[in-house]
Amino acid sequence: MAPADESGNSAIARLENIGRSTTHGIEQFGYGASLFWQSIYWVVMGRFRSQRVRAAPVFAEAMEAGIRAIPIIGVLSMTIGIMLALQGIHALKMFGAQHQVVFGVALGITREFAPLITGILVAGRSGSALAARLATMTISQEVDALKSMGINPVRFLVAPSLLAMTIMVPALALMADFAGLLGAGLYIAPEINITLSAYMDQTIQSISVDDVMHGLTKSAIFGVLITIVGIVDGSSVTGGAEGVGRVTTSSVVHGISAIVLTDMIFVFAATR
Amino acid sequence: MSETLADVDTEQVIEVRDLVTHYGSRQILHGIDMEVRRGEIMVIMGGSGSGKSTLLRHLIRLERKTSGSIRLLGRELDEMSELEFYAFCRKLGVAFQGGALFSSMTVGENIMLPLREHTNLDQMTMQIMLRLKLEVVNLAGFEDLMPSELSGGMIKRAALARAIIMDPALLFCDEPSAGLDPVVSSALDELILRLRDALGMTIVVVTHELDSAFRIADRITVLDQGNVLQIGTVEEVRNSANPRIQALLNRRFEEEVVDPDEYLARLTGKKRSDSND
Repeated sequence: MAPADESGNSAIARLENIGRSTTHGIEQFGYGASLFWQSIYWVVMGRFRSQRVRAAPVFAEAMEAGIRAIPIIGVLSMTIGIMLALQGIHALKMFGAQHQVVFGVALGITREFAPLITGILVAGRSGSALAARLATMTISQEVDALKSMGINPVRFLVAPSLLAMTIMVPALALMADFAGLLGAGLYIAPEINITLSAYMDQTIQSISVDDVMHGLTKSAIFGVLITIVGIVDGSSVTGGAEGVGRVTTSSVVHGISAIVLTDMIFVFAATR
Repeated sequence: MSETLADVDTEQVIEVRDLVTHYGSRQILHGIDMEVRRGEIMVIMGGSGSGKSTLLRHLIRLERKTSGSIRLLGRELDEMSELEFYAFCRKLGVAFQGGALFSSMTVGENIMLPLREHTNLDQMTMQIMLRLKLEVVNLAGFEDLMPSELSGGMIKRAALARAIIMDPALLFCDEPSAGLDPVVSSALDELILRLRDALGMTIVVVTHELDSAFRIADRITVLDQGNVLQIGTVEEVRNSANPRIQALLNRRFEEEVVDPDEYLARLTGKKRSDSND
């Protein structure tokens, strides 16, 4: 074969690959969306179709993904709060406006940093665990076994996780709000010579309910995204144990990417 | 057993007609015809890649067929809605090859899961039914262990107990004796025979183990490369003149006949213009 032909072939092969991965991406996206709607369907309609979504797995998942994440999210949110205070004071000092730092930090934490750090941590802790669990279950035919017993896998596996995450991620984000604001206050108050309670007062004046709700709404969406990405990645597993490792890793990357992208879109839409 | 065999001819529990299936663009089953009679043990036998596992997955609607018809207990599988099929599943039991026990639940919870999901029985009754089935599979007293604490043979027996907990009319077993030592595997064969005799189930077993197939089967379906080679009693299959069946029975490897041009084309990695699969 002539070399020209060869290079033409490889260009076409490359285009083909791009096309294939694009359709695959769209397919995964559609699958995720359908999982989301199916979960809502089973939560609402399950009891009338003798496919009830049970409370026990919801609580178990809420415990694992939510309560057990409290220490790490608390500590890291505090750290982020202190870090924001340091950066804020450093930047505002140039204009001699370091007293404005409370305003900036309060908005930054409630609107952005607390939901984001919570989302990222939950994606790393629970999104990956979900992907690994689903991948293992797929490989060991446990999902097939569910189907063969007449148990809808979405109802049995996806809906409880989705429910737990949509409740627990905003709850964790709210806690991260408090931890972050406290951490920032511990640094800011002595630095700009105010008392901690004066700092609290200023913080409460700086933020409105809307700011907090902005962050909490976002984190509920993050919770949905983390679950759906974990499940979609997990169930796309091929191969054995190596495949489980692969989908677990990719679920973290996909989950965090989805969170950051959605965050930007959400902020864009909410601030217009 | 003889009386069940006498009146079996009247009713087909499974009826497969001209089943064609694809995996992606590759055709796996090329028009399968078979039926299973009430109360019999039908063994689906074949080598790796013969399509026997695919056939099983189609019989329990884990895969969607390309064309043809599958009727289970008189109902066309694909005509059932999702919810109808979930209800229908209560009449089916499936024991998967690796057991497929849920690793996060104890053996007892695993076995009771269908009861918990499909019935309104109280805990006490479910416990009794659980112990009953554990007795049947000789696993009494193991209900509180986790699946990871069981041996291979015990996992298969637990999976069997879960498959029969709803007293299904139709039981599917995927490779019940694969990966087990001969003693444990023959114990499982005995168990399958006992289930049919005691509970009157119709049982479909997929296996590549000849000994086990001949021991338990009433009839055998031999699959090869997605086609049915023969359906018949153990004797008929044993005495079959078909060279591929004899190769399978005598564990003889059959050299694939390759045409030299094709071989050259394969080595150079170029497709011939008239590619014939």
